[in-house]
Amino acid sequence: MDVKTLPHGVGDGIEPGIPPELKPDAEPAGPLGLSGLPRRGFEFSPLNARRWRNFKANRRGYWSLWIFLVLFVVSLFAEFIANDKPLFIHFDGKTYFPVFFTYPDTEFGDDLGTAADYRDPHLQKFLDEHNAIEIWAPIRFSYNTINDNPPSAFPSKPTWMLTTADCDFAAKNGYAKCGTLEYNWAGTDDQGRDVLARMIYGFRISVLFGLALTIVSSVIGVAAGAVQGYFGGWTDLLFQRFIEIWTSVPELYLLLIISSVLVPGFFVLLGILLLFSWVRLVGLVRAEFLRGRNFEYIQAARALGVSNKVIMFRHLLPNAMVATMTFLPFIMSSSVMTLTALDFLGFGLPPGSPSLGELLSQAKANVQAPWLGLAGFFTVALMLSLLIFVGEAVRDAFDPRKTFA
Amino acid sequence: MSDDVCLSVRDLSIGFHSGGREHLAVDRISFDIVKGECLALVGESGSGKSATALSILRLLPYPTAFHPSGVINFHGRDLLKLSEREMRQVRGDDITIVFQEPMTSLNPLHTIEKQIGEILLLHRGLTGKPARERTIEVLTQVGIPDPATRLKSYPHQLSGGQRQRVMIAMALANEPDLLIADEPTTALDVTVQAQIIALLKDIQSRLHMSLLFITHDLGIVRKIAQRVCVMKDGKIVEHGPVERVFSAPAHPYTQALMGAEPRPDPAPPRPEAPVLLKTEDLKVWFPITRGLMRKTVGYVKACDGLSVELRKGETLGVVGESGSGKSTLGRAILRLISSDGPIAFMGSNLQGLTFKEMRPHRHDMQIVFQDPYGSLSPRMSVAEIVKEGLKVHQPDMSNKERDERVVQVLRDVGLDPEMRFRFPHEFSGGQRQRIAVARALVLEPSFIVLDEPTSALDMVIQAQMVDLLRDLQKRHNLTYLFISHDLRVVAALASRLLVMRHGCVVEAGEAAELFRNPKTDYTRALFAAAFNLDTAPEGVVEQ
Repeated sequence: MDVKTLPHGVGDGIEPGIPPELKPDAEPAGPLGLSGLPRRGFEFSPLNARRWRNFKANRRGYWSLWIFLVLFVVSLFAEFIANDKPLFIHFDGKTYFPVFFTYPDTEFGDDLGTAADYRDPHLQKFLDEHNAIEIWAPIRFSYNTINDNPPSAFPSKPTWMLTTADCDFAAKNGYAKCGTLEYNWAGTDDQGRDVLARMIYGFRISVLFGLALTIVSSVIGVAAGAVQGYFGGWTDLLFQRFIEIWTSVPELYLLLIISSVLVPGFFVLLGILLLFSWVRLVGLVRAEFLRGRNFEYIQAARALGVSNKVIMFRHLLPNAMVATMTFLPFIMSSSVMTLTALDFLGFGLPPGSPSLGELLSQAKANVQAPWLGLAGFFTVALMLSLLIFVGEAVRDAFDPRKTFA
Repeated sequence: MSDDVCLSVRDLSIGFHSGGREHLAVDRISFDIVKGECLALVGESGSGKSATALSILRLLPYPTAFHPSGVINFHGRDLLKLSEREMRQVRGDDITIVFQEPMTSLNPLHTIEKQIGEILLLHRGLTGKPARERTIEVLTQVGIPDPATRLKSYPHQLSGGQRQRVMIAMALANEPDLLIADEPTTALDVTVQAQIIALLKDIQSRLHMSLLFITHDLGIVRKIAQRVCVMKDGKIVEHGPVERVFSAPAHPYTQALMGAEPRPDPAPPRPEAPVLLKTEDLKVWFPITRGLMRKTVGYVKACDGLSVELRKGETLGVVGESGSGKSTLGRAILRLISSDGPIAFMGSNLQGLTFKEMRPHRHDMQIVFQDPYGSLSPRMSVAEIVKEGLKVHQPDMSNKERDERVVQVLRDVGLDPEMRFRFPHEFSGGQRQRIAVARALVLEPSFIVLDEPTSALDMVIQAQMVDLLRDLQKRHNLTYLFISHDLRVVAALASRLLVMRHGCVVEAGEAAELFRNPKTDYTRALFAAAFNLDTAPEGVVEQ
């Protein structure tokens, strides 16, 4: 046959010097026009670029992501927003950064030699007398700072909600006078700690915990699912039965028992919750690998002699990652929820930690102080809603059949 | 326009919304189908022929699909303007359709009787005994043996050809005026394909019904159609009576299509060359297990005692119907599936080697698969795909040297090396298949298993692929094991031939001799079906 008689479009754009019968067929319509350029590292592949467009097309999810990221990054710097130590002091020709370093109070004219308490009126007076320059965080409470000067018994109202009656009552009963109060924007809890500061720190620890749990359990879950799906056979059979038994263990009871034996802390809790949370992704990843290992390009890689490990990492894992990515925001929100639930029951983070669950349980115990419940509720609800919205948008963006007009 | 026009399409356009943009799949086409005639719609994949067929029954995914212009006139009514309810009356009664894939077009949970009965009930209100009688009648018409006992069968109990017969029976049940057949034989074996074509032709003339036949196969067009429309990029580039179009094609694309038969010029057999590969009594048996203890009660014998000998520089064509074990043979030789019996390859026995021990041999033996879409990892660039084998077998090679090899091999298969940073989805089917060949070739193997490398490609591209493979063989002195069900392609490449059926060799020998002078009935039937679409006498091949 003679290819030279082919109509337009066939055999365009090929190397000169190739015999005509070896010309490739129609030139693809490269929408990107990137033909000769090597892709740089930070560029999305076209597929991911499409996903990112789809994600952005979901306005709710897109804005949720930004709001969540802003809140998260801001909360990462919680020490600069809510702190009982000044950020910076210039005093007596020397500069101090109490937010980073602990200074003995002998530096500031006291003689106890303990760590300086910058909220102490004596120390304040001393600094004022010496014309020290101080820069404070906007909120002068940390999550564990007790307000020594409250307008009422704890829990006390948000300061802006105080009525004249409240002020009269405070004056009569020896509490702080209304004019001299430090602002507790969201009131205090039943131990006199600033609720707003606890919300900020609580948000941070919840998100960090959720993130850590999600990442670690995904890594374990994906690895376990990959091994099962790829090797199949007996490996798969035994592993599946083990997981069936494991998931039928009553999780919550076991958590309660373990956390009453071990001293619960951030990492102990992480470990305990990890015991059960890693199974969630296994089934999904296993199915993806089972499906994927029969693809012809996997067969081709095996025919090339590529090792199992490389096939799993380079060829199969990217396929399984789509399913995993879709699940991540949901796993994260449920991790946050589990931590909050354990805190609420009193089996979570150690006493004194800024935990949203503890705030909620305080709200239950102090129904007369609705600001506790409202603050806890809004923080948790906002955090989970944002995560779910992001999750929905991610799920839709990864759905190849979904079209965004 | 005379009265006996059954369906008349005027200025039909079909557009699709995708990603906020619109693209036109079919661009203002017009054709008529006269009562009792068969019109064929030919074109390569993506030419819009299936979309045209589906739009006649309004089965496209509306509102993603839309019609910017056009009229489809059927018995004085514009089908595009009918309400969904009126349209349902037309579907299955006046116009019916047979799809390509008999595996998925029948509901696996319904018996044959129920599937056909449903249509009779919907359009004619037939139930009970009359419905059953009519069902048996149409099943007889489509040549299902012993139809009364077949009524209670489920689709999985029928072969692919029988399923397609049932689909045709469903389409015929209400004696439609127009039957649309959308590549009804593409998924079938050649011998079954010949039977189905003969059946459709026979039924069409007996019932005096109109037939719109959609296909990419020119042989079928010649066999069944009176008139033909050639489609390309959504336009009808040529139409006319079959004899005229075939004898004097006017449009350059039609001419290219007619000339696209693979040029037969196989490598000659070389009885004096050293033996590269030899298997003796090669067996691949899959155990059938039953019961709680998974006791082995029998075996599926995918390959049953195959002795194959392949000399350097030869091409051994392996032909047979689906399920004959030809692909299994290829994979067993490459040790991608486990087998029994010695496999001597370049002087060493591969049988029993572990995956690690096999690795040194792998750069001498490579494989190219059928599906150009499934055989390339979608997340790796072409350069990465081609380079992968080098990383395994020549780990000391520098990145620069590897890149040079990739450029060289891409040139070898006729691709622009500048394309190596693109991803597979940016390429057409034929180009992808070239990439797959490049991946195999980069290791400079002496032996390549070609597992239906041309089956998923359009005619014109198929011929180019065959030329490429032949050229590479000559330049690099390659040895091929060429597996295919398409005998025309095999005839163009194979120096020796192996005809397989049910895991056994039916006939083997030098290709030229075998094609001229087949010895067994089965081979004769296979050749007749493949080259002339002739059906075999009863009993030689299965339905």
